[in-house]
Amino acid sequence: MSITTQAKTVTLAHFTAPGDELPLLRMSTAGSVDDGKSTLIGRLLFDTKTVLEDHLDDVSKSKVNRASRGLDLSLLTDGLRAEREQGITIDVAYRYFSTARRKFIVADTPGHEQYTRNMATGASTSDLAVILIDARKGFLAQSRRHAFISWLLGVRTLVFAINKMDLVGFSRQIFEQIREQSNTLLSLLDDVHVHFIPVSALDGDNVVIKSERMPWYDGPPLLDILETARPSIDVAALPLRFPVQTVIRPDPDFRGFAGQLASGHLRLGDEVTALPGGQKSRVARIVTFDGDLEEAFAPMSVTLVLEDERDIARGDMLVATSKVACQAQTVEATVVWMSEEPLFAGRSCLIQQGPRVVSARVSRILHRWDVERLETRVASSLSLNEIGVLEIEAAEPLLFDPYRENRATGGFIVVHRISNLTLGAGLIERESENISECGPLSPEERLCLRGHSGAWVDLSKVQECADALERALLNVHLHVVRTEQPELRRLGLIVLTFGLHEGTPDVVVDGNDLRGAIEAIRAKTTLDTLHAFGEGEGI
Amino acid sequence: MAQSYVLSHLRALEAESIHILRETAAQFCNPVLLYSIGKDSSVLVHLARKAFYPGKLPFPLLHIDTTYEYPEMIEFRDRFTKEIGAELRVYTNQEAINAGANPYDLGTAKCCHLLRTRALVEGLKEGNYDAAIGGGRRDEEKSRAKERVFSFRDKAGRWEPRNQRPELWNFYNGAVNLGESIRVFPLSNWTENDVWRYIELENIPVVPLYFAKPREVIVRGQTLIPLQSNVKIFDGEQTETVNCRMRTLGCTPCSGAIRSEARTSGSIIEELVSFRRSERENRVIDHDQEGSMELKKREGYF
Repeated sequence: MSITTQAKTVTLAHFTAPGDELPLLRMSTAGSVDDGKSTLIGRLLFDTKTVLEDHLDDVSKSKVNRASRGLDLSLLTDGLRAEREQGITIDVAYRYFSTARRKFIVADTPGHEQYTRNMATGASTSDLAVILIDARKGFLAQSRRHAFISWLLGVRTLVFAINKMDLVGFSRQIFEQIREQSNTLLSLLDDVHVHFIPVSALDGDNVVIKSERMPWYDGPPLLDILETARPSIDVAALPLRFPVQTVIRPDPDFRGFAGQLASGHLRLGDEVTALPGGQKSRVARIVTFDGDLEEAFAPMSVTLVLEDERDIARGDMLVATSKVACQAQTVEATVVWMSEEPLFAGRSCLIQQGPRVVSARVSRILHRWDVERLETRVASSLSLNEIGVLEIEAAEPLLFDPYRENRATGGFIVVHRISNLTLGAGLIERESENISECGPLSPEERLCLRGHSGAWVDLSKVQECADALERALLNVHLHVVRTEQPELRRLGLIVLTFGLHEGTPDVVVDGNDLRGAIEAIRAKTTLDTLHAFGEGEGI
Repeated sequence: MAQSYVLSHLRALEAESIHILRETAAQFCNPVLLYSIGKDSSVLVHLARKAFYPGKLPFPLLHIDTTYEYPEMIEFRDRFTKEIGAELRVYTNQEAINAGANPYDLGTAKCCHLLRTRALVEGLKEGNYDAAIGGGRRDEEKSRAKERVFSFRDKAGRWEPRNQRPELWNFYNGAVNLGESIRVFPLSNWTENDVWRYIELENIPVVPLYFAKPREVIVRGQTLIPLQSNVKIFDGEQTETVNCRMRTLGCTPCSGAIRSEARTSGSIIEELVSFRRSERENRVIDHDQEGSMELKKREGYF
């Protein structure tokens, strides 16, 4: 009998936590420059005795010390050389600490406005966000941005740590003012738990131990809140979603679908539907190295064997037949743009949802978020660190749940087709309505749809090459017209004129160098000119 | 539904690492697992066996042999890989060895650059690997705290900390062009304590050097260097017999032992709780200059 048909079994208790163990808490921290974020984390690590002596020795030996007194605890977490020198955190850094009650993973993210992408990255896996506010500066636009992005990415516990209370005389009035300043923002964010704590990270007040210098504060210190916080969503209680990562077939008798439950749970005999396609079958075996299971739940990694032969491959998803996931080729999604290269409608890209990668195109930019005012604005492009709502058309169905309902299946990343860079992160909201509403085309949309910009080509000097030129341009799929209306270049056409007109042509053909003329026209109309165009050549 | 659907901490880490290993096998044409023989490598190989069970490991193991490793490590490597039926490949920077590279004449930094960093870059190039899986953890050293799970390397094998791909949720972008590669770190979120607790839970075999016994050592400053045929004794140095164990494994002249009575993984875990110093402290190479691990990583060190 082959190894693949022997079924040693194991109980679920082999995998589950003992009754008193709290699940790991993933949290992120965000704050503006000099809010004391690194100091706060250094303080948590130091006071929970996670810092090791030789690391402390390194800090005390370091050439840099920005603390006004004592050790500079921020050096414990600022890892890269550039950061040490400039005193800023430039990338997401992950920290680990534990107390007797719980283990923590901290995504420590930079505060600079230009690092919104890092903030979104840190928030994507977090259950709780600690938002640092400098008591002297109050609730700034940056604090609003941090809170909003955390909420958008699905963080449902927000802890506002009002830091540097020692520099405002531990004033209750200032603390209460900052609380009030945040009311407008918080009224816009639904479904969140909010805490406010006055702290001094430098001295440790209300971080691990309750401060005696602020008797008016009757809440718990920060660590107590962290130790008792609940995860954002109980993923095991959501409908079953099982993205297939790979098919395991060591011999002809065994065909298993390997993956990690993104959400939900399943039992032997449960009916599942394979998406896309919709073929149904039942779970015959739940295989692990440790033995076969009778049931499994998210986020376990298992291998499933189905009762029937089914044509299922990497990128497909097994879902609960009683509540299948959405399947659509055109979706609306909120996207955090993470590339220096701005996004315009018409852009082609790859969309990656875990193991599923599909070819897609951004068909429309519906609006952009003004994250500091929390209002939407009309937009024709998204620049680095901007957040907007897009319509995306995929070449194959996207399998998803709305991000607000399921973080594990509602997100995607945008990948560049050629450089392979990760350009953005998307949160799917819904299947898009059919595009029946047709507003006016924006200049950028027209550019992207045509694949080139317009140009006026003056042939008044050498009319005889017109036929050859028109043919050559059509051959490379440029939109060419012969007309005496040079202004039509504004609609993205390449206009060949023979008469004399006012204004400056983009290209004047004055010899028989046809190849040179074509190159000049292409240079004037490539999409690379699009950036200058976007900056307001004025249409 | 009386059953509580909460994974234990170690099982949650295990599930995440298995997911990462499966993504690696599925996304790349020619992945390899960098096998250093240390405890993290043992855990990594164990997780890979789980990830593809009942199938075989879908990638070979590559050991970068500096020729300065402890003989116990090589014995363990050959026995362990044979037992689990893994394909073992070994690469040595033979050119540097032939030219006489050794830590005594070149200093540890230069020796390490040639026999580990260069050897690794060359070994990966020779095998034409597009992904190399390593046992690095983010809790080991500060510059590792910012490392991605899928970490992009350019055509020269270099790491550019300012130019890393954003990594959101558990979606790993492993797409590369010809000559580029990804280093994969499935143990990113594990701590030293988690590794030992998992070794105990799963009964994973590790090199006996990790466990305390009386060993003949040279006491060099704070560091204990176990006596081996290729370790030089400097003038005025004495050897003595000390109950000690290795906390990390490396080359004989560069990795020191610590005084310890811990003879089992269980007693190592107890010892760790009382420890106030980091595990890489006894690695001579990390402390050559401030930020030295980051410099090595940029050049291609794991």
